[in-house]
Amino acid sequence: MSTLDAHAHHDEGSYLSGPPGMMARIWQWATTVDHKKIGVMYLFAVLTMFFIGGMAAMAVRYDLLDPIRTQTVETLNAAGDLETTTITTGESLKEIMSGLGMGSNLTESQIYNRTFTLHGAVMVFMFIVPSIPASLGNFFLPIMLGAKDVAFPRLNLMSWYIYVFGCLFGIMSILLGGVDTGWTFYTPYSTSTDADHWRVVLMVMAAFILGFSSILTGLNFVVTVHKLRAPGMGWFDMPLMIWALYATSIIQVLATPVIGITLLLLVFERLMHIGIFDPAMGGDPVLYQHFFWFYSHPVVYVMILPAMGIISEILAVHSRKHIFGYRAIAFSSLGIAGVSFLVWGHHIFTAMGELAAILFSGLTFLVAIPTAIKVFNWIATLYKGSIVINTSMCYALMFLFTFSIGGLTGLPLATLATDLHLHDSYYVVAHFHYVMMGGTVIAFMGGIHHWWPKMFGKMFNEKGAMLGMALVFIGFNVTFFTQFFLGTQGMPRRYANYVDEFQTLHEISTYGSWILLAGFLVHLVVFVVSLLAGKKAPANPWGGLTLEWECESPPIEHNFHHEPIVKHGPYDFETVVPPHCDPKEFPLPENGGNH
Amino acid sequence: MTMIETDTSSVPARILQSPKHWRNRKAASHWRSGDEEFDASKFGMWLFLSTEVLLFAGIFCGYAVFRLLYPEAWANGSHYLDWRFGAANTAVLLLSSWTAANAVRLAQLDKQFWFKVNLVITIVCALLFLFIKLKFEYMLKLPAGKAPGTFFSYPMAHDPHEPLWWSLYYVGTGIHAFHVIIGAIIFAVVLWRAVRYQSYGPTQYTLVENSALYWHIVDLIWIFLFPLLYLIH
Repeated sequence: MSTLDAHAHHDEGSYLSGPPGMMARIWQWATTVDHKKIGVMYLFAVLTMFFIGGMAAMAVRYDLLDPIRTQTVETLNAAGDLETTTITTGESLKEIMSGLGMGSNLTESQIYNRTFTLHGAVMVFMFIVPSIPASLGNFFLPIMLGAKDVAFPRLNLMSWYIYVFGCLFGIMSILLGGVDTGWTFYTPYSTSTDADHWRVVLMVMAAFILGFSSILTGLNFVVTVHKLRAPGMGWFDMPLMIWALYATSIIQVLATPVIGITLLLLVFERLMHIGIFDPAMGGDPVLYQHFFWFYSHPVVYVMILPAMGIISEILAVHSRKHIFGYRAIAFSSLGIAGVSFLVWGHHIFTAMGELAAILFSGLTFLVAIPTAIKVFNWIATLYKGSIVINTSMCYALMFLFTFSIGGLTGLPLATLATDLHLHDSYYVVAHFHYVMMGGTVIAFMGGIHHWWPKMFGKMFNEKGAMLGMALVFIGFNVTFFTQFFLGTQGMPRRYANYVDEFQTLHEISTYGSWILLAGFLVHLVVFVVSLLAGKKAPANPWGGLTLEWECESPPIEHNFHHEPIVKHGPYDFETVVPPHCDPKEFPLPENGGNH
Repeated sequence: MTMIETDTSSVPARILQSPKHWRNRKAASHWRSGDEEFDASKFGMWLFLSTEVLLFAGIFCGYAVFRLLYPEAWANGSHYLDWRFGAANTAVLLLSSWTAANAVRLAQLDKQFWFKVNLVITIVCALLFLFIKLKFEYMLKLPAGKAPGTFFSYPMAHDPHEPLWWSLYYVGTGIHAFHVIIGAIIFAVVLWRAVRYQSYGPTQYTLVENSALYWHIVDLIWIFLFPLLYLIH
């Protein structure tokens, strides 16, 4: 394989350095098989999709700021006769679109349906599934293992291109007018809506293609963890981030093919009317839902497990304390991955018999056990630690708060009796966002701040980042906590309109979304300023003990000057002086950490 | 690297000195050894095969559900299929699986001529399978109206749900046939590299091994499709 070898030419310079000339640099990045460059390219790509999906979310919230109302007003015209005119208010999205010169003959509700589908499909398939594993995971998994690269570097690059290709399919569908099926593509609506148009097929194919990218990344990570650990690193010497990514990858490999065949059948159904999901021909739309959730439930753990890995790293490093319950956290990651395959039925309680519903309900409660184990272990880690309050630590603490709310509010949804009241309401929307946004996105933000100096070799403005973090925290909770109330009061999800009683809560939620947006914009500014004018980062700014802190900031092309030999655990803060650190700055505890 | 003594006098220098000749190929530098790289590739391939199993699991699951719902349509459906063509294709695939396994062994033994012969037989079998499938099954059934879903127009149908049977038949065998095409292409690449560079030998046969593994799973899926579609009434 010598001609195709990723690292045939030794280069001791930073991975960010490259040949002179813009085109040469672009070519170098476009053809790179270096996991670090691919990780950075993924980071850029997923954040772009986060922006698109986020803008759609802002539009959804803006539509809901005031309800659509039609009033008949009687006025006297010039001739002195009574004249009735109809005034429609609250068509916010229509106004924006005509303001942008994109006048459309769709009604406000139709535009709304397309917008929330766009938000869901982009955020789920193009942002949150690949977010942490493909960007931070790609960058740090090999380094944390002490390897030069992932097991299959070219496959890694291919999976990035497949990802971009899939995103292009989705964007093409959006530019052609978008789809209004919801991100779940439920049949028979998804097979009959816009029957003369390709938009739905394009969006479904986008999800299908993105699945390949996900499988290839997962496969690559599993093999890398098995085969490329540095000498001296046993399974239980791995950082917990690796355990989390490993569990994630297993789900990616085992669940994604099922959505592959499901979406393929959906495409055949639309193009050739094969009838498998069409009740008119004897097919079964509920079979689609079973297939769909057999993937889409495990995949929410693809979204959350890497976030849990990040939290384990941040909490240990920034409280300078041995992680509490290493094995419990590691095994609970695998436990969550295992249970994730058994609970898909809780999305479709009403579509199955009573016994099946009771079984799925019971199995769903099992997820709470490994999740709670993790949360208790994290809190125990903080206990009597030397906690440093900085941006990534604040994000980790925010995760503990918001994710716990998200997790606990899931229990009433798993309970059959309460779920009948709550399902398909804003309560579900709020629960989901507390887990996905309050869990994954918050941990992702924490992880980006934790590893930013390592990735780009630049420090960021801590005060600016803290301001962004505070705005995100306030904005997030204002946006979504109100939605628990809306849901319990009966506001159904996916509706463009609502009764007057809900308006105050909807207004508060929309104002919250603006604060949230402001928070992310502050972060964007902080990152850009850091890249352009940031102070040079030291190799180990936080005093971490995992292997990524042993390489330079940013790492060299080969990650390490010599193959590292692992002699201490990833969290032995009580007994090891961190590499590249002044012992005065990171002193060992006097009592050896025995509190 | 272990040196393997074989007679290379008849091999042209152009091939022996090519960097793609198996003696000259080395492990990529992020691996400690070629053996580790081989193990990892094979492990990756097994993981990929598990995704293939799960992909077809969807088809088998659909088959089971509708068989339970519409046993009449399913019984009729399998009567329309001629088991002899299915059996012939089973024999063809089993033979090709044997030659694919042979190819791996012959590459390990550096028997370049017989290695290539077995690759050729494997590719020919793949094409023969596709030929039988198209010529004697699809091409006869589609004009008779035994088509999937709404295209179904067979006048002698006894059960209103027979179109669903044909949908699953075409989707299942179609996706399987697509895998056969991919397999033939992969073996063609292996054959080309074996002819042009002698890329595979005792220390370098990862792609041959992985292609054969892939081919076995394609074979194995057919071993399940054949009785389910052709034999069970």
